[in-house]
Amino acid sequence: MMAAGSGDHRRQPPLVPAANPAANPAGQPDPVPVVRIEHLDKIYNPGTPGQVQALRDINLVIQGGEFLAIMGPSGSGKSTLMNIIGCLDAPTAGRYLCDGIDVASLDAEERARLRLARIGFVFQSFHLLPRMSALENVTLPLIYAGVPRAERAAIAEQALAQVGLADRGRHRPNELSGGQQQRVAIARALINSPPILLADEPTGALDSRTGEDILALFKRLRDAGHTVILITHDAEVAAHADRVVHIRDGALHEGDDDGQPPPEA
Amino acid sequence: MRQTDILAMAVFALRGNWMRSILTALGVIIGIAAVIIMVSIGQGTQAELDKIMDRLGSNRLEVFPGGGRSGGVSMAAGSLPSLTTGDMTALAAEIPEVQYVAASVRSGGQVVFAERNWSTSWQGISPDFMAVNDWQLAAGDGFQARDYSTAGKVVILGETVRRELFGDGDAIGATVRIQQVPMTVVGVLESKGQTGWGGDADDIAFLPLDTARRRMMGAAASPGAGGGPASLLPMDRVNQITITVARPQDLDYVQEEATRLLRQRHRIAPGAEDDFTVRNLAQMVATRTQTARLMALLLGAVAGISLLVGGIGIMNIMLVSVTERIREIGLRMAIGGGPSSVRRQFLAEALIISIGGGAIGIAIGVGGAIAIAGLTELPVVLNHKVIAMATAFAVATGLFFGYYPASKAAKLDPIEALRQ
Repeated sequence: MMAAGSGDHRRQPPLVPAANPAANPAGQPDPVPVVRIEHLDKIYNPGTPGQVQALRDINLVIQGGEFLAIMGPSGSGKSTLMNIIGCLDAPTAGRYLCDGIDVASLDAEERARLRLARIGFVFQSFHLLPRMSALENVTLPLIYAGVPRAERAAIAEQALAQVGLADRGRHRPNELSGGQQQRVAIARALINSPPILLADEPTGALDSRTGEDILALFKRLRDAGHTVILITHDAEVAAHADRVVHIRDGALHEGDDDGQPPPEA
Repeated sequence: MRQTDILAMAVFALRGNWMRSILTALGVIIGIAAVIIMVSIGQGTQAELDKIMDRLGSNRLEVFPGGGRSGGVSMAAGSLPSLTTGDMTALAAEIPEVQYVAASVRSGGQVVFAERNWSTSWQGISPDFMAVNDWQLAAGDGFQARDYSTAGKVVILGETVRRELFGDGDAIGATVRIQQVPMTVVGVLESKGQTGWGGDADDIAFLPLDTARRRMMGAAASPGAGGGPASLLPMDRVNQITITVARPQDLDYVQEEATRLLRQRHRIAPGAEDDFTVRNLAQMVATRTQTARLMALLLGAVAGISLLVGGIGIMNIMLVSVTERIREIGLRMAIGGGPSSVRRQFLAEALIISIGGGAIGIAIGVGGAIAIAGLTELPVVLNHKVIAMATAFAVATGLFFGYYPASKAAKLDPIEALRQ
């Protein structure tokens, strides 16, 4: 029927089994970390006068089941790092293994399939589709995963229940509060049971109390075995994470940040 | 991603802006309807001309008085009385490839039997005329050689004339009067039905050539006796000479020979214009067929242009749609929609518009063609070929004009798209 029909018979990515806390108890290192970044550089417009080094020599290992915060002010390179961890962007140099898979060699189509199975995005502005109900929004990734229509609703309802919105499935996003919308977005991120939950300033558009609720939800998800990576500029938000890494001028610093500029700057 | 899901997504997106979707489809609707109507008319004209061509055959030439450049066939007839019986005889005698030569004069008037009368056109004919024009007798023996040589007062009636004068009665042997001259009916023609131009071919009467000229048109005929312009013909003139050849491939040669011979007989100086016209009717129809074909092509092109405009409308709206939905595209990509699935979604939207528009366009086009056939004289031929072609056009329009916007959507950088 369509010109792009050659893709019809492409194998859909297998659904990754739900993260299992029993198999991966907190504190016990997993042999295959969900994120392994080695000597990673990201340079925009390389070789031109407008060249910008956004990330330099990043090394980061995140184990399954961790709740990690990447913290830094705006312009520090944290968005760039998030895009790379989320397989939306490719590094200029160095290596990134996402759940054991080298991302550098993948094309746009393969990266999309990697995101589908392994990354759940949570955005500051929710990014819900306004004309669809909460349930339909949550269902969206299942469609791309090729899950039959009949099975989708049950899975989506389960995901909504997991974020405490079992009774809000029929509502449109504009009928929900900000916190509820973000919960819908989290349910959408969870629905394919990805090993990595990537949240970009998830509380940025919410008042502090609602923000606390969302952060509490992330902790529960961590307790349920999900890996949560939180990107924020807010130290209070980052404090909820089990582990915080700081990024400043494109370089990463493990542990508590004293607010001092990095030595080389 | 499943085909049904792509389709459902596309329908959902189009419904979200249903007014815009319908207006976009309107371009295709009009384009497809125009293609169907135009092509149907084109095919109808063609078929009509083919039928005429079949009837005329490809082995005859018509010679009319008057120059070829002075106007149409019927206008020239009789207005410049340059053809004579002698020309007819010479053509038959001097060109061996000629099969038959027939001459005729034409006029019209009242045919009267008892208290009934019927106004018809009659022709004075030479002996080969009936054979040349494929007239058969339904009754009677027709003209004898003696009737031609002595200007016998005999007549052959067309079926319409016979019916009007005699009804169910027997016409053969009866005496009818044409312009006061009593004539014996010696034959009734077999019906030919409609002429190629829509008239009644059977509303006719034949007289021997000399009978017509001497008794009906000649000096003896009183002015105003119903003769018409042909009554001014000098005694040996004829309105038309028809030549047939046994072998169609001789036709061009015979046409040249006949022209040469008639120029010689009419003493036309080299370089001067002919005072007669030799027409190859089959050739004329062939020319008309070519004209009709060109016309059909032009009509099709006009329809095609409107379809093109419709397609550009689709492309335009799809591009707007991609720009408007850039955040949606970014999100779909972030949650795992690859470029191909985004491309297919937008292509599906374009195809639904074009195929949906095409279906409505086909319905309107077929309805329109049927209405035109019913309400006007225009010949219309509607067949599955036209509809298959229109369907193919609709699909092609959607694919062609939907592909670029869909590709543009697929090539978006999800990071940029999400940032919008």
